[in-house]
Amino acid sequence: MHAFANPTRFLTLAKPLTLWFLVAGLVLVIFGSIYGLLYAPADRLMGDSVRILYIHVPTVWLAMGGWTAIAIASIMQIVWRHPLAAVAARAVAVPGAVFTALGLITGSIWARPTWGAWWVWDGRVTSVLVLFFLYLAYIALANASGDKGGVSRVTAIFGIVGAINIPIINRSVVWWNSLHQPASITVSGSSIDSAFLWPLMVNVIGFSLLFGAIVLMRMRSILAETKVEARLKRMAAE
Amino acid sequence: MKAKHQRLTLVLLALVALIGAGLLAAYALQDQASYFYTPSDIADRKPEAGQAIRLGGMVENGSIQRSADGVTVQFIVQDGTAQQLVTYTGITPDLFVEGSGVVADGRLDGNGMFVAETLLAKHDENYIPRELESIDMTAGKHKTETLVQ
Repeated sequence: MHAFANPTRFLTLAKPLTLWFLVAGLVLVIFGSIYGLLYAPADRLMGDSVRILYIHVPTVWLAMGGWTAIAIASIMQIVWRHPLAAVAARAVAVPGAVFTALGLITGSIWARPTWGAWWVWDGRVTSVLVLFFLYLAYIALANASGDKGGVSRVTAIFGIVGAINIPIINRSVVWWNSLHQPASITVSGSSIDSAFLWPLMVNVIGFSLLFGAIVLMRMRSILAETKVEARLKRMAAE
Repeated sequence: MKAKHQRLTLVLLALVALIGAGLLAAYALQDQASYFYTPSDIADRKPEAGQAIRLGGMVENGSIQRSADGVTVQFIVQDGTAQQLVTYTGITPDLFVEGSGVVADGRLDGNGMFVAETLLAKHDENYIPRELESIDMTAGKHKTETLVQ
């Protein structure tokens, strides 16, 4: 890991990787979505509204994955002082918030025909809404305390503390009676029929690659901005 | 001890404390954070007639009776141990079938009948294509324990 913590070495690797992630992600998402929306079968109870699954599941998965990444990067920033860790955490925050919002919106659209209500205050829905607010707070903190493209240590600590919400989201349907269904895909297998499952997996991988591409782009732009700032400072000093 | 190791120990200790606090909070919320009460909860602690409560459980097989007026439906909600008779006037959600999960807002009347004002359907974790639909919609597909802990 230490080898990649060097910004110069990171940039030479990130540039081609961004393109590969972007192209592969787009191909998978376009293919998975077209198949899921047009060719996959309808559910026996939900009918065509089951197709929202192909967007809802990947976005919420990345919403939770995003904060997990922020927490890991924050630990690396505090313990090992990696120069890139803070940049990575900061780069994840905005796409993470966007994907959380998309997950909430698609969930709401699915809930209206399935449950019969746009919004309910059950454990799962509420804890994901809290995750969205945590992202907004993280972005505000990070912007208030920019430090060489990274984030302050207070922001990093907030990133670690906020991670407590991730297991709560995951367990919310088990600990409390909730309207949201429990997990369909667990270590013991999947209760989603394979006709739905494989386009879903294509979209999960595709959206994850797109998310990765966005994060790499944002990291590169943050690093470029700091370089510009440093150069301007040097010019002003001369 | 190097400064790096000191920070690592500190972060690990903080994580342990954080997870402990989170688990304690979640445990304390056990009752309050539940979205609904089950028929067993209602049987254990009988709420007063007229008190607003939310009831959730599985629709008992063969219990749905539609009235002559076409919009009133009566059914039994069960959780494996207790049962509750429910009446609802209005359009039922598409997913409302025998053996499916429901969550109803309402109150008990004087006779122990639960009068629902809103009726929500709960989807379970099974996704089955229409083509593979068995003739018996409820045959062994719903796991009661996934709705009611």
